[in-house]
This record gives sequence, structure tokens and C-alpha cells, in this order.
Amino acid sequence: MTEELKAAGSVSAKLPAERFDVIVVGAGPAGNAAAYTLAKSGLSVLQLERGEYPGSKNVQGAILYSNALEKIIPDFRDSAPLERHIVEQRFWLLDERSSLTSANYRSEEFNKPPYNRYTIIRARFDKWFSQKVQEAGALLICETTVTGLLRDNAGRVIGVSTERENGDIYADVVILADGVNSLVPSRAGLRPEIRTCDMALAVKEVLFLPKETIEQRFNISGSEGSVTEIAGGITHGMLGTAFIYTNKDSLAIGIGCILEGMKKQRVTPSELLEGLKNHPMVKPLIAGSEMKEYSAHMIPEGGYKTLPELYGDGWVIVGDSAGFVNAVHREGSNLAMTTGRIAAETIAALKAAGKPMSAANLAAYKESLDASFVMADMKKYQDMPDLLTNHPQYLGSYPSFISGALHDFLTVDGKSKAEKQHQIFQGLRQQRSLWGMLGDAYKFWRTFK
Amino acid sequence: MTNAETQEAKRADAGGSPFSGVNVEEKLFQNRYRVDVGRPHIRIRESAVCEDCDFKSCTICCPAGCWRLESGKIELVTDGCLECGTCRIVCDQKNVDWNYPRGGFGILFKFG
Ligand SMILES: Cc1cc2nc3c(=O)[nH]c(=O)nc-3n(C[C@H](O)[C@H](O)[C@H](O)COP(=O)(O)OP(=O)(O)OC[C@H]3O[C@@H](n4cnc5c(N)ncnc54)[C@H](O)[C@@H]3O)c2cc1C
Ligand code: SF4
Ligand code: SF4
Repeated sequence: MTEELKAAGSVSAKLPAERFDVIVVGAGPAGNAAAYTLAKSGLSVLQLERGEYPGSKNVQGAILYSNALEKIIPDFRDSAPLERHIVEQRFWLLDERSSLTSANYRSEEFNKPPYNRYTIIRARFDKWFSQKVQEAGALLICETTVTGLLRDNAGRVIGVSTERENGDIYADVVILADGVNSLVPSRAGLRPEIRTCDMALAVKEVLFLPKETIEQRFNISGSEGSVTEIAGGITHGMLGTAFIYTNKDSLAIGIGCILEGMKKQRVTPSELLEGLKNHPMVKPLIAGSEMKEYSAHMIPEGGYKTLPELYGDGWVIVGDSAGFVNAVHREGSNLAMTTGRIAAETIAALKAAGKPMSAANLAAYKESLDASFVMADMKKYQDMPDLLTNHPQYLGSYPSFISGALHDFLTVDGKSKAEKQHQIFQGLRQQRSLWGMLGDAYKFWRTFK
Repeated sequence: MTNAETQEAKRADAGGSPFSGVNVEEKLFQNRYRVDVGRPHIRIRESAVCEDCDFKSCTICCPAGCWRLESGKIELVTDGCLECGTCRIVCDQKNVDWNYPRGGFGILFKFG
């Protein structure tokens, strides 16, 4: 790769005429992890990103899980733009209008470096990661949308087409890291379209507040941060959750629901978010803040059963583009980085051994994933999406029941405690038969086992 | 009443959400865009298909209010689009011709 090309950087650079070892489509966590790992192994890497800069199109909560990034850039803490390290996790059940049931977990263990989880701001984080990728020697070209895959007569993928003039570029292998709205592999017939029952849409706002106000409202100090995950009536009975994360001087607040439910329930995403922001338990936390951005992004939540073919002749697929998201634990970026890294390691090993990038050889990518936590976790929760789709009561009526039950239990109204317990139990029985409840409990437990 | 109007009426009857009047434009005003003037990246394939469409899910699910039902007709204005891809997926009739904007154009998230 010539210095001239590298220096030319992104915007007006002409597309390079040479052939690359690898083309990476996308500069999110998956594409960056892959490009970094490949460039460090000495391969020639071209990375194409449609945004003006990496991160300009990307949305996340965002919690960064250290472990996945440590495996790629061990000393990331020295230079990455990190907001706060998480010391407290709150689980909230909010009913539609007024009440809150909560469980908090806070531990001093979370206050011992090296920290395990951080809040980040994706536009900043992706820029930083991309800087590392370019320092490692990969060539990044931004403002370039990949429009299709090039194939030879035998159907092998041999490069990509772009919207630019003379926009075809060739490589031994293409890594598809183009995220959830994954047009390139779908149009090339490499993956089926995702169904609305397997896809969530999340909307989010970034709300600015003085640092001290955030620390006081969330009971944190210094670089400590907290995570609040919310379920219950605020989703109007739809399958979904909400969140409030603390950054240094802003809050990230968002809510996401499965699209199939949104279609049927006919509640718009902005109404959902407004309902959350105006809930009496949330409103005081965000009072006086200044909203500086409104964003939306889909999340592939179909899990293991919806994973497509992960490799073929001349291509592999990684991250959200393949559907690597663990919806139960709200993990996505870490799976994106891990699948990107493992794909890159597979390709670097084949290259070192002088082997072609055939489907048979790239199968090693899937084998490595199978042996990693990625597939173990994806498999563990494989029944969860079906279970929740078929039994919306887990995130619908049970949470509102729990808050109602606590309300009755804690209201001093002259009824005996035994009478109250009986009443609460009867209330639950009315919503669901006893056998139904026992069955639910069992099924729920099974998916976590 | 057309089917879509029935749906809308149902939504209103159900009490909808107390926030059904929420002003999305005001929210979008905070965002940065580089609009590719005269080159919308999303198009309706056949307007007749939209007219016959029962649920008009695009008008509900679009987080940016780009899809509106104006006197029985679907109006699409992509300037405030957040490029989430939802309208492409929720349209059962596959009547949405969806492409990414040209490189560098469209939404520019400052935070994301
Ligand atoms: C609201 C929300 C909250 C979330 N919270 C968390 C969280 O707290 N923790 C967590 O780990 N995960 C979270 N996730 C999931 C996480 O954001 C994703 O799993 C992760 O971003 C996936 O990374 P990726 O690299 O696969 O895709 P992306 O980050 O989407 O990157 C894809 C890149 O490819 C580019 N691109 C797409 N098409 C083309 C093309 N044709 N040509 C050129 N470039 C293209 C895009 O511009 C983009 O830069 C959240 C998601 C959402 C929406
Ligand atoms: S775009 Fe699709 S969902 Fe929307 S009105 Fe037209 S046909 Fe119906
Ligand atoms: S891509 Fe998303 S924001 Fe843009 S018009 Fe479609 S649904 Fe609306």
C-alpha cells in the first residue's frame, strides 16, 4: 500500500486500483476488530465505510464490555474515550403510569480497576477505534457505500462494487461487517431477510446535565456510573425494554420493542420514549436536561435460530450483520468485536499457511466460534425469542402484576397480611391459571439454565 | 371508512398513548444532517399498493415521522430519516425501495 494512499485518508481519495488481501465492509466494532487484527498480522486491508467518519451512522446504549476489547487492544484504557465505569446495576419494573419496583446491585468489587464495564459514546468511541485500525496499517476509505459483491464464474466472491466511479475493488476475501440493516449480504442472497418478530427498533435521546447533578441523582461520584434496565408496562405490553445510562455529563435514555408488536399495537416509537421520559419515576432524574440528539437503530434479536450461513467462498459475515446479539444480557458490541476478531484470526492463519479463502477453509471461522463463549451464549438462550413471542406475559402482565401486588401488600388498609397474600394470589390466578403459571416459571427457568 | 382509517379509529378508541401528539420534528431539529437534495434514498415502488395497504405500518413504526397519511395518501419525506431501515422491514407488501444515501450524506450522529 502506498504512503500516498494512506495519507489521502478518507474523503476525496480515489479508490485504489490494487488488489487487497481483505476488504472489510463497515467500520463499527465488528469491522474495526477485524481490520485491526488483520492489519496487525501484516495483511493488506481495505476498509470501506459509508459514513463521513466511523461512528457517524451508529447507535448504541452504550455499555462497553472490557473483556472483548482487551483481547484486541489490551491497553485500551490508556487512550479510549470512556465515560464512566459501572458500579451499580438497577433493574426496574415500571408500570404504565406511576409505580416502580426495583432491585439494585452495587458492589465495591466493581470499583476495583481494571474495570469490567464502561459507558461510552459511540460516535467518539468508533472514531478512536478507527484511529487504532489506521495506525495498525489498514486503509480506511469513508463516504463510500458498498453496493454489491463481485463474483467470478464459479460464484466465488472476489471483491465489492461501490457507488464510486470505477468503483469495483478486488480482494481474496470480503468480511461483511455492515451491521443490522445488512443490505449487501441480503441482496447477494447470502442471508435471508430478518422477520419483524426477530427485530427490535430502539429509539434513544442524549440528555445533557451538569456532572454534579448526574452524580447526585444517581448516587455516584468521580468516574463511577450506573446502569438502569427497565421492563414492564412502559412498553404497552409489547416485548421490549428500556434503559437509562450515565455518561460523564449526559444521560442516555432509550426504549426498544420488537417491531411485530409495534405494528400490531400501533404505538409509535416516539410515543414510547415520551411515555418513559414522563413516567413519574423517570421524570425527576432527567429534569432540567438539554436534549442534544434523537436517534434510532434496529437490533437483531432473533438469536441463535436466526443465524445465517457464516461463511462461503471468499466471504465471512460478522457482528450485527449476522445477528450476533444476546438480547437477554443486552450484549452486541462485544459479540461484534469477538466475531470480527475470530474471523480475522482465521483469515490470517489461512494466509500464513498459503491456503485459499474457500468455503472449506473458512469453515474454521465457524469452528472457532463454536468453541468460544459466543456460540455457547447464543445457544444457551436459543429458546428465549420464541418463548417471549409466544408468552408475552413474561414482560407484559407479570411485571405489572408484581408492582400491583407490592402496592397491595404495602398499603395499610386494615386487612390482615394473610388476607392480603390470598388476595394477591387470587389476582394473579385471574390473569393466568395455576398450571399456566407453573408452566411459565418452568419454561422461563429452562431458558436460563 | 377505509381499512387504514378503521385502524386509526381503533388506535384513537384504545386511548392510544397519552403522548400521541409528540412532536418528532422538534426532536429531529437537534440532529445534524447532510441532505442529498433531490436524491431521496427511499422510494415507494407503487403508490397504488400503499393505497390498498390495510395497516400502513410505515406510518406507525418510523421513528422520524417520515411516513405520513395525508388525506388518504401516503406521503414520504426522507429529510429527517435516521437510516434505521425499519420501513423496509415492516412493509409486508415489499413496496419500499430502500437504499443507503450516497456515502457521506444523510444523518450524522454526534453521539450515537
Ligand atoms: C439502542 C441500542 C442500545 C444498545 N446497547 C448496547 C450495549 O449497551 N452494549 C452492547 O454491547 N451492545 C449494545 N447494542 C448493540 C450494539 O450496538 C451492536 O451489536 C453493535 O453496534 C454491532 O456492531 P457492528 O460492527 O456489527 O455493526 P454497526 O455498529 O452497525 O456497524 C456497521 C457499520 O457498517 C457501515 N455500513 C453499513 N452498510 C454499509 C455499506 N453498504 N457500505 C459501507 N459501509 C456500510 C455502517 O455505517 C456502520 O458504520 C445496542 C444497540 C442499540 C440500537
Ligand atoms: S409503504 Fe408498505 S406499509 Fe407503508 S403504506 Fe405502503 S404498502 Fe403499506
Ligand atoms: S429508515 Fe427509519 S427513519 Fe428512515 S424513513 Fe425508514 S423508518 Fe423512518
